[in-house]
Amino acid sequence: MTRVVVAGAGSIGSLLAAHLARVAEVAVLTRREEHAAALREHGLRVSGRSEFTVPVAAGTDPSLLPEADLLILACKGTDLEPLAVSLEGRFAGATVMTVQNGLGAEEIVAAHGSWPLLSAVTFMSGTRHGDEHVEYVLDTATWIGPFQGTTYEDARRVARLIESAGLKAEAFPDLRPAQWSKLVFNATVNGVAALTGLPHDFHFAETERLSDLGHLVRDLVDEGRAVASAAGVDFQDDPWEMNVLATQRGFRHSPSMLEDVEARRPTELESINGALVRAARRHGVPAPLQTAVYRLVKAKEASYSE
Amino acid sequence: MRICIVGCGAVGSLFAANLSLLEDVEVWAYDVSEAHVDAINERGLRLTGAGEVVGRPHATTDPQALPACDFGLVVTKAMHTEPAIAATAHAFTDGCVATVQNGLGNEEAIARHVERVIRGTTFPAGKILEPGVVQWDVKGATTLGPYDERTPLAEVERLADACTRAGMPTHAVADARGPQWRKVIFNAATNPIGALTGLTHGRVCERPDLRALVSGLVDEGKAVAAAQGIALDSDPEELIDHAARPEVGYAHKASMLQDVEARRATEIDYLSGGIVRVGSEHGVPTPLNEAIWALVKGVEQSWLE
Repeated sequence: MTRVVVAGAGSIGSLLAAHLARVAEVAVLTRREEHAAALREHGLRVSGRSEFTVPVAAGTDPSLLPEADLLILACKGTDLEPLAVSLEGRFAGATVMTVQNGLGAEEIVAAHGSWPLLSAVTFMSGTRHGDEHVEYVLDTATWIGPFQGTTYEDARRVARLIESAGLKAEAFPDLRPAQWSKLVFNATVNGVAALTGLPHDFHFAETERLSDLGHLVRDLVDEGRAVASAAGVDFQDDPWEMNVLATQRGFRHSPSMLEDVEARRPTELESINGALVRAARRHGVPAPLQTAVYRLVKAKEASYSE
Repeated sequence: MRICIVGCGAVGSLFAANLSLLEDVEVWAYDVSEAHVDAINERGLRLTGAGEVVGRPHATTDPQALPACDFGLVVTKAMHTEPAIAATAHAFTDGCVATVQNGLGNEEAIARHVERVIRGTTFPAGKILEPGVVQWDVKGATTLGPYDERTPLAEVERLADACTRAGMPTHAVADARGPQWRKVIFNAATNPIGALTGLTHGRVCERPDLRALVSGLVDEGKAVAAAQGIALDSDPEELIDHAARPEVGYAHKASMLQDVEARRATEIDYLSGGIVRVGSEHGVPTPLNEAIWALVKGVEQSWLE
């Protein structure tokens, strides 16, 4: 049986850990001891699109967790660096897969170990209802591709494992087109949601009046497209169409950056919007609107954190 | 001389109370707030802070109660201009109506209802503490000028003189667009940034990246003003930096931020939206103002859910 360690048990980590625990030996690495204790005692419960509870191993000390074949890093981007530091010298036989939003997660991990690396982006979503209960909300896929020391076949093997666990996954020979689609989609939708307080709903696709948000969303996507193409990447999916489709589902998803701002927490701004704006500057591509959104969200964070 | 203040909020009250002290001026105050109007009629209109004044204007919520006036002074929020002037226009058939409101489009709205319109801009500020009582925060100058050739400059001077004698220093000029656009550009570049980020004016200005965004918005506004042949009376950037000083407005929350915190409709359509609209009429691109306009409209829409 495949041995999997999932590091980080937010909604994405919890969904992956719970589903994989049905087909693999799963241990969960958490930050808080009471979180690990709750998981050891009660297992992990999934509701929503799946309904089940599974036992999982859990702990806060990487050196006390069992060895793994696959180590999934599912923490927030802001927590990745300290996590990678804590994993140095551990899980020598494991392939490591990052699922963080934005750009640069793989490089952060590669600086702390020579694990073979897979990149992943996930479009599924969930809502945590406590340490041992996660609701499976959107059953969209997780996309996986080789990054370094891995092959397309490795990505396919992990995608098959995740599919066999009851989640959706797909492997790609090159993940960058998908990563950039999601990067630009996220920078745009998360940024606009965090600034307006609107969940990702029909407003984001409205273009009837001059002041409708759809114009801004489309312009932000166009800037992102120019940056991607300067980086040598064509979008896998067009972020504007992803936006329109998402708003037509009739489900008002609250992007994580909006939830973070409302809870006055640090956001993933740097690894998403910051990464995009820095890539624009590096490639000499003007991105005044993405830059404005980035600066505004950064300032909004400062309004409650400084 | 009879003057009617249309919209007796904080700034309207500053004019109404001070003007009512003049012997030769009869002041009426029209407002939709019953409580404020009743308090004014019972106890007078009291200003406190930058000046201590108790004025005795005739206040009413009933536009039909207004007598024929020589001047109207519209001081509502910009989104209320149209209904306010539509309700009161009958009192100004032979008079002139001045606006000292924020934003763009107020003169045009008034000119749809009355013949002679005066363009204006004003800097005094305050807030209503309770019905009949207004905190006078900031003294400042007012500039008035004819909206078009139908308004004689002599009439503008007559109103400016009354305001000045009442302690509200006011200049009459042939073209008031320069001062008006300086303030519009200032407001459109700073108010929405405060509203979107939650930061006070001083904190907006001390973040270099955000200050650069403010300058980007100012530059678009300047280009739209220049395309109309408007010479700004001074650089809005100076006004922005001046207002950021600790002794001036470092800790001031822009009125739009106060509106957003209280979930009230903002004047964004008349600030960023006004710059975008006039810019498009003159072929001047205003992408940053468009973005800011859409974001603040989004904030307003988020309250409807």
